[in-house]
Amino acid sequence: MEAEIREFRDHISRHPPFDGLSDERLDEVAGAVEIAYFKAGTTIAKRDGPVQALSYIRSGAVEVYRHNGQLSNRLGEGDIFGQLDLLRNRQVRYPVQAIEDTLIYRIAKSVFDRLCAADEEFADFVELFGSSRLKSTVEQSQRNNDMIATPVRRLISRLPVMIEESATVQEAARLMTEHDVSSVLLIRPGNEEDSDRVFTDAEGRQWLLTGMITDKDLRQRIVAEGVSAQTPLSSISHGWLIAIQSSESVNEAMLTMLRNNIQRLPILHRRRPVGVVYLSDIVRYETNNSVYLVNNIFNRTSVKALARLTPEVRASFVRLVDEGANSRMIGGAMTSVGRSLMRRLVELAEAELGPPPVPYCFMVHGSMARNDQSITTDQDHAMVLHDAFEPKRHGDYFRALARQVSDGLNACGYPYCKGGIMATNDSWRQPLARWKEYFRNWIAKPDPQRLLHSSIFFDLEAVHGEEHFVEELQDLIATRAKASPRFLAALARNALGRTPPLGFFRTFVLEQDGRHNNAINLKRRGIAPLNDVIRVHALGVGSRAQNGFERLDEISQAGALPAGQTDKLSYTLEFLSIVRMRHQAQEIKDDHEPDNAIQPEHISDIERHTLKEAFQILSNAQSFLRFRYPSPGR
Amino acid sequence: MFLSIQKRLTSPSWADYFARQAQACKTVGLKRFYAAGVPAEDGPIGDVPLVALDFETTGLDPREHAIVSIGLVPFDLRVIRPAAGRYWVVKPPRSLRVESIAFHRITHSEVEHAPPITAILDELLAALAGRLVVVHYRNIERPFLEAAVLANRGERCLFPVIDTMALEARWERRGRLWGLKRLFGLQPPSIRLAASRARYGLPHYSSHHAKVDAIATAELFQAQMARHFQPSTPVSDLWI
Repeated sequence: MEAEIREFRDHISRHPPFDGLSDERLDEVAGAVEIAYFKAGTTIAKRDGPVQALSYIRSGAVEVYRHNGQLSNRLGEGDIFGQLDLLRNRQVRYPVQAIEDTLIYRIAKSVFDRLCAADEEFADFVELFGSSRLKSTVEQSQRNNDMIATPVRRLISRLPVMIEESATVQEAARLMTEHDVSSVLLIRPGNEEDSDRVFTDAEGRQWLLTGMITDKDLRQRIVAEGVSAQTPLSSISHGWLIAIQSSESVNEAMLTMLRNNIQRLPILHRRRPVGVVYLSDIVRYETNNSVYLVNNIFNRTSVKALARLTPEVRASFVRLVDEGANSRMIGGAMTSVGRSLMRRLVELAEAELGPPPVPYCFMVHGSMARNDQSITTDQDHAMVLHDAFEPKRHGDYFRALARQVSDGLNACGYPYCKGGIMATNDSWRQPLARWKEYFRNWIAKPDPQRLLHSSIFFDLEAVHGEEHFVEELQDLIATRAKASPRFLAALARNALGRTPPLGFFRTFVLEQDGRHNNAINLKRRGIAPLNDVIRVHALGVGSRAQNGFERLDEISQAGALPAGQTDKLSYTLEFLSIVRMRHQAQEIKDDHEPDNAIQPEHISDIERHTLKEAFQILSNAQSFLRFRYPSPGR
Repeated sequence: MFLSIQKRLTSPSWADYFARQAQACKTVGLKRFYAAGVPAEDGPIGDVPLVALDFETTGLDPREHAIVSIGLVPFDLRVIRPAAGRYWVVKPPRSLRVESIAFHRITHSEVEHAPPITAILDELLAALAGRLVVVHYRNIERPFLEAAVLANRGERCLFPVIDTMALEARWERRGRLWGLKRLFGLQPPSIRLAASRARYGLPHYSSHHAKVDAIATAELFQAQMARHFQPSTPVSDLWI
């Protein structure tokens, strides 16, 4: 290969969408590169000018603009532009300007076309039309989340302890004690005849795996039989061994052990032992999940004991994320854990305070109501009391109940709500009739300022007590909201308050106005505004659903959004949620307190592009909302 | 030495010299090279077809040392076209010195199997014909090519070049201040290829290879033009 082609290739191959190309295709791209230099401030592509090539930024930085002159994107080394114009009509629609001295590699249209035709991933990447990338990203992770597909190597926690079979029983026992293990693998030097069974260790020596000795063997075959501790291991070895490949599933490993009535299973990568898995590892693995956690919650008899479950809640969250579960599954699991915890806290409080003097319902708002809870979340709840409630007679009881549950939640890792949306707040501990009046008022006299603080109540679900109280409220909202354009318009206006950024540039978050930030709060700038948008549409079609995905299904069925739009929003919600959850899982693993602030440097190239697309979809959805639910008299 | 050649040659004009040589030269390759002409000296640089040229040699003296490899790439102020460029390894008349082989990363066997320069000389001249040659440091490519032509064809071969190093020296080392600064032991900024490129935000290329260096030179010239000149700058302001 010519030196300059290698030079171009080395750089290009490190950046998407080229990083996925075959060597052959990469050579074709590198061999076709043409080069042009642009001083900072000069125009690289003029609107309506011809486009004959894809542009790749070798060094420097550029800005891309929309037709109205607004900043559309800022790109740096390794980024590409011009792909949309190439795909469309070969005329520049998005003008481009160098903001630093910039060296561009141009890849001819003919090569670009061949790549699009020959490489599906490449084509997916450059075709930003619709939600293709977001869709394929979400769908791909969906395919990977089969729990049965978890490979057994995930359970390996240490390298296997091995000893030559010529060593004595005593040496083996000493080694096992030293490493604190209950089994040791037996090996002997490999030779030519065994060439298809040997493995090579880190020092390059060849070995043959011949068997395994366990605590039980030492007891049964040595001590009980009175055999000398100086006996070589080879003479007591079974001479056979059941093992499993590291890529097999956890499920398969468990079945193998049950089938053969064994407690330990050596795990091999090809022929090399990489670990030993114990039946107890599998039991622990199987029980370290949310179902087990929920059971465990109801067994606890004190707030203190419940609070001690916090590490397990986090472990279960991390595991779900690591296994590739989607945000809906994780959100559902975390919500059921949270709800169980809350229900248990109410039970414990009732046990202490006595039975409630009048029927009531503990209801939740926000993420717990939407069934999309993540790991860090404030408590948002309220109490609906029976209309027979008399403040003087019953007030103290419910105040105390609310206080205990709220304190308990705080102790269990659900901090107090800063906005005061808690049943401890007298305004949010009211009889059903009063609650109905609240909602009727909010809907009939929609003051945006007041709505800003009350919109959280429009996601609501019962947790404990008279569930039908909350259902009545949900019915009231569903029937009244859709008939009140002013209410929907006010809600829509509030939904535009928080906007997504434009994307990323180098290690910064790029804002709509071109400013840079070091981090992005993915909840505040993405997930929450998207939930706001979805809520408006859901209320607009009279949906009773609380979960974002379910709401989107109902919005779609009602035909309230243009075709394909709800799918896009659904992919966007999934992607933003899972990126946030992955980030939080990583922070837990790194021993940091999980939060919502994501630094661009921790985002992979491909995730950046997908996130940018998600932000764009959210931004478009916000614009559509303004148009769909216009403020009256404006 | 070069000052005298320059004076002698620029006083008539490059166009006159090319016209005369097209008539006078006996060998076909040279005749064609000169017949393709030279850009008008008052013409704008933005319209001129260019070619960046780089030699790797066994040393610095054209009388003592030989060319080992040749890289060139056609370009203009708008675009550089590596795919249209050329690269040759040539077999020098004398055996290579070991230290220079290590430097060029060209192996003995590559050189052993390479053609002598005479075999590719016409192709090289054809690739340069009608284009203004751009080099980084003028004292290599032009004198070595002239020496090779003289040795193999028995004729003179001169042509104008643009020297990106000389251009860089114009603004990096101008002014009397540098004389003063030197008195205090201050080093002037480097005007070698890699250091000059860095000043324009051009990337670092790792290979030491005649064609990569030719491309690097072409990029540097585009950058120098973008920063310090206009496409309308007359050729005579730039060439030597």
